[in-house]
Amino acid sequence: MKKILLFLLLLMVYCCSYSQVYLTRTAYVGFFSKTPAEDIKAVNNQVYAAVDAGKKNLAFSLLLKGFTFTKELMQEHFNENYVESDKYPKASFSGTYTGDVDLTKNGVYNVTVQGNLTLHNITKAITTPATLEVKDTHLIGTATFKAKPEDFNITIPSLVRGKIAQEITVNINADCTLKQ
Amino acid sequence: MKQRLLFLFVVIITANRLQAQDSTLLNMLSDSMQANEKPMPVRGTFKGLYIVNMKTVESSARGALNFLIMHRFGRLNDGAYNFFGLDNASIRLGLDYGITDRLAIGIGRSSLEKTFDAYFKYRLLWQTDGSERVPLSLSVSSGLTNYTLKFPDKTYLNARYRTTYVTQLIAARKFSSALSLQLVPMWLHYNLVPTVNDKNDVFALNAGGRMKLTKRMSISAEYNYLLPDQVNSIDVHNAISLAWEIETGGHVFQLVFSNAQGMTEPQVIARTAGEWGDGDVYFGFNISRVFNISHKAKKSVTY
Repeated sequence: MKKILLFLLLLMVYCCSYSQVYLTRTAYVGFFSKTPAEDIKAVNNQVYAAVDAGKKNLAFSLLLKGFTFTKELMQEHFNENYVESDKYPKASFSGTYTGDVDLTKNGVYNVTVQGNLTLHNITKAITTPATLEVKDTHLIGTATFKAKPEDFNITIPSLVRGKIAQEITVNINADCTLKQ
Repeated sequence: MKQRLLFLFVVIITANRLQAQDSTLLNMLSDSMQANEKPMPVRGTFKGLYIVNMKTVESSARGALNFLIMHRFGRLNDGAYNFFGLDNASIRLGLDYGITDRLAIGIGRSSLEKTFDAYFKYRLLWQTDGSERVPLSLSVSSGLTNYTLKFPDKTYLNARYRTTYVTQLIAARKFSSALSLQLVPMWLHYNLVPTVNDKNDVFALNAGGRMKLTKRMSISAEYNYLLPDQVNSIDVHNAISLAWEIETGGHVFQLVFSNAQGMTEPQVIARTAGEWGDGDVYFGFNISRVFNISHKAKKSVTY
């Protein structure tokens, strides 16, 4: 009996540590705000992303200073006045996905991602549809969701409120490769 | 009993693993991020291109055009008849364009002595944060001014005599998001000086800074030290200028108090006649507005 339990224990430990982790340091996150007054676009191509296809969880991490804007002044305002990247340099996401992904078969799989987005020292739960594409040793994740600046305690002065959309569209594209 | 303990052990371990799995991926990313940390340029050392009268280390971003209006009323001690200086005014209109993120060129026109000015500014060094730090930002700026005010009795004043050259090295550091300071050694060459007792080559040291009060409001100050025994025929003083700065979107607005009436280096550095103690204070404002006119800048971002 003791031996069986020990075996069970080892099996469980093994089971849980067994994973297929896909990684990238060059994932893309972009966001877009459209108002009649002004369009604001920003991209970050230095996003760290990891997908554990065994445990079906995933994580993103990025430096807010890595976002480049079409206008230098917007970038300065974004970092200094809105996300305060000196105080809170990172934004991150950690969550799980549901849906079947057959890693042995190339193809696009629809999944639902659920998790916590941390920005400006505020953590908020987010659920969004997403796709995972299996392409040999690559796992490419894409998603689009909307976020409100006010949800993350980012205050926008009334004078410029009309220039920033109520909801910001966020695009994600992460081409992860299997960690050997 | 032993079996129960073992069972409990298994449950605890499994539970621990389940709980930990959510953050382990993120921890792994954070560690990897820290290991691959790259230095990032420090932005926004100063909000504008001028602390008050003196150039900051900043220059227009590539493809951006800065339009600047600098305005000074008369002296506060002018008395009630001149409405404490508000009856008189002098103005400088300036344009500054970023050819690259490091190189900018500018032109300006001051109503004081009807002066034209032109300059370039090049960023030599960019302060960075991160592991391999560059401790300060360094810019070099060089230019000339030419005053065109007509003097009927001085027909000998040709364009060459009216020209002054300015070269400055601007060293700045953003100490925190609230405090930035800069130190500027400056060399001016006046093609014509009033008497033989005055030097054609004038050296000065300028110090300036900005302190943030709130996210969009700050106080700027600059002090100019003119090295002694250079300007002797005219009674000149070191210029001290203060500004209260408000930023709204693409505008930077400054309320200015200064004992210098001029707004170009040759007028401020070695021709400031006013003195704070006597009430020779010029009230005024600076307004700057950024226009993004080049499409090149926009191409670098694709969405």
